[in-house]
Amino acid sequence: MKDITLPENSRVIVGTETSDDAGVYRLTDTIALVQTVDYITPIVDDPYTFGMIAACNSLSDVYAMGGDPITALNVVCFPTKLFSLDRLSGILKGGLEIMNLAGVQLLGGHSVDDKELKYGLSVTGIVHPDRVLRNNTIRAGNSLVLTKRLGTGIIATAVKAGLLEDDHYAPFAASMTSLNMKAGKIIRKYPVDACTDITGFGFAGHLKEMLGGKSMKITVDSASLHLLPGVLDYAGMGLIPAGMYRNRDFVGRLCSVGPNVDRALADVLFDPQTSGGLCISLDSARADDLVRELTDNGIEASIVAAVSESANPLIEVI
Amino acid sequence: MSAKQIDARGLSCPQPVVLTQKAISEGGESFDVLVNSNVSKENVVRCVEKNRMKAEIRQDGEDYIISVSR
Repeated sequence: MKDITLPENSRVIVGTETSDDAGVYRLTDTIALVQTVDYITPIVDDPYTFGMIAACNSLSDVYAMGGDPITALNVVCFPTKLFSLDRLSGILKGGLEIMNLAGVQLLGGHSVDDKELKYGLSVTGIVHPDRVLRNNTIRAGNSLVLTKRLGTGIIATAVKAGLLEDDHYAPFAASMTSLNMKAGKIIRKYPVDACTDITGFGFAGHLKEMLGGKSMKITVDSASLHLLPGVLDYAGMGLIPAGMYRNRDFVGRLCSVGPNVDRALADVLFDPQTSGGLCISLDSARADDLVRELTDNGIEASIVAAVSESANPLIEVI
Repeated sequence: MSAKQIDARGLSCPQPVVLTQKAISEGGESFDVLVNSNVSKENVVRCVEKNRMKAEIRQDGEDYIISVSR
């Protein structure tokens, strides 16, 4: 997009400049549209589960903006020469189950024949224009609360390698098929300064976007991160997706990992996530209350980092 | 294990690790792994070290030769 200049439009509340999770466009003084599209290649074999994951992943962007998704369109790339249409049917049914859970109306969609299978949603949501949650408006004195566990990219690589232990599949799939809807609603009761969802850039990559080049430091307490079972073992074995290395290069020298942080744990920080959790930046005085309310509602959450003033933008992992 | 060299060039992750782990599991104590990407090199080295073995890396043009030993 860097070579493309968009015309000025006073109705655009969130555009392309800040790599935010979705675009936001003011319709009236009380309603703004939230629009996003996201589609992914299969991360699990089972078509129904993959459909659920892709739909959760697409809807998540709207929750991360503080909005409620209302309608969606299926986006499908399907290799008709490789797979039977039963597989496509399973994917679409899985996606529909998630849309029904989220109260989102499917209005249609578009499919093309492609060499590689891909599925996701184009989603339209709504939000009050004054209650949009951006990704890069963190403040000194904030704490960062993270929901869900990290490590889906590494677990998916262990699956591909045929080395995943049976017990480790269910938590992996359960995490990715969980909507961020309930967490998205709970956080509206708190003084949230910024929010994003953790996806392809990995946890540290999304922290870089939350910093937005500002003179602030995010100090991550690596011991507080919740990880999917088995992740450190698989990372230690080198079952790491190429995306982890790309993310590590993307974040680059902005991130300083302390000498006491184990290499496998440091790798997890950059692991690209599918249908990851929300990362919520709020006044540290309210962070414990938020974690408690999320946990009481069955959502795994912990305080993982603190925001402070700094001479330069920095992510410090201790 | 009879093979002294695993040619994992051009294979996408996690195949180079799968082949390395298989060689180690089958009792291989001294062999080379050829890869041609930084990702594969880093992943194979992690695999070797996890198995408490040594990995020595040499670069040959665009290829990396990882010598694995006890």
